[in-house]
Amino acid sequence: MKVRILVSLKDSVLDPQGQTVRNALHTLGYSSVQDVRQGKVFEVDLSGVDKAEAERLVPEIAGKVLANMVIEKYSWQILEG
Amino acid sequence: MKFGVVVFPGSNCDADAYHAFKDALGQPTTYLWHKDHDLRDVDCVVLPGGFSYGDYLRSGAIARFSPLMQEVREFADKGGLVIGICNGFQVLLELNLLPGAMLRNKKLKFLCQYVTIRIENDRTRFTHRGTKGRILRIPIAHFDGNWYAPPETLKEVEDGGQVVFRYCDPVGALTEESNVNGSLHSIAGLINKRGNVLGLMPHPERAVESILGSVDGLVVLQSMIERMS
Repeated sequence: MKVRILVSLKDSVLDPQGQTVRNALHTLGYSSVQDVRQGKVFEVDLSGVDKAEAERLVPEIAGKVLANMVIEKYSWQILEG
Repeated sequence: MKFGVVVFPGSNCDADAYHAFKDALGQPTTYLWHKDHDLRDVDCVVLPGGFSYGDYLRSGAIARFSPLMQEVREFADKGGLVIGICNGFQVLLELNLLPGAMLRNKKLKFLCQYVTIRIENDRTRFTHRGTKGRILRIPIAHFDGNWYAPPETLKEVEDGGQVVFRYCDPVGALTEESNVNGSLHSIAGLINKRGNVLGLMPHPERAVESILGSVDGLVVLQSMIERMS
């Protein structure tokens, strides 16, 4: 099974990289861009894992290692399998 | 007092720390390999600066899972003295031995320069030879030093006297400009509640010999060596 995990800064945490990207987009004339938040994507291959097991395992991996829950949040989805 | 400097792949201030404790201060000092499970009976663990594991994932995030860090955690839990400098501070945050987390510097630049910091708490095992309000000139070199914590944690840290150093201007004022990396409340160094684990972004071990430009880091290192009265 392949899952995709998206980690980004919490809404309450300032994201200067996202702001810089937003400013660059404004400079290029994309004035409709309101806000940009930057994050990280992890694609993880799991073997011998069913949906129920993934629902237990992925939050554990994401909360313990992939994201620092003091400043970040995560979401995830099953891509295939 | 015996010091142990932990070496991770990517540490690059391990030799600086070793030199400071061993040569500049004349203390028995040894390197500790991150893959070992042996603290070699040291009295103090030093987590040095650098880029452990290339800063992959997040600064300090992978080093936290090194075999030796289990021993370091137990050592800290028993009251052993631990200092984390720069990347070492980041590791201590990832280990939850200190509160909060590091964000990228506010101006998104790697900062390599001298800064001035102010001693905020002189009743610690790392600062008792100094006095509250004393200003130290110490170098920094980091990308992720913008300390952040949620409001309730920040309040707890402030109320508990856990803030040991703040970035300030040369006369000791806290200004936006002197808070070079954007840390909340200009926090440059923190201690745990028990008072045996310190983390700081500035490098006191690089400011122990006048030939290198400053000896202001000595107050921290000598405090660690001498008993607190």
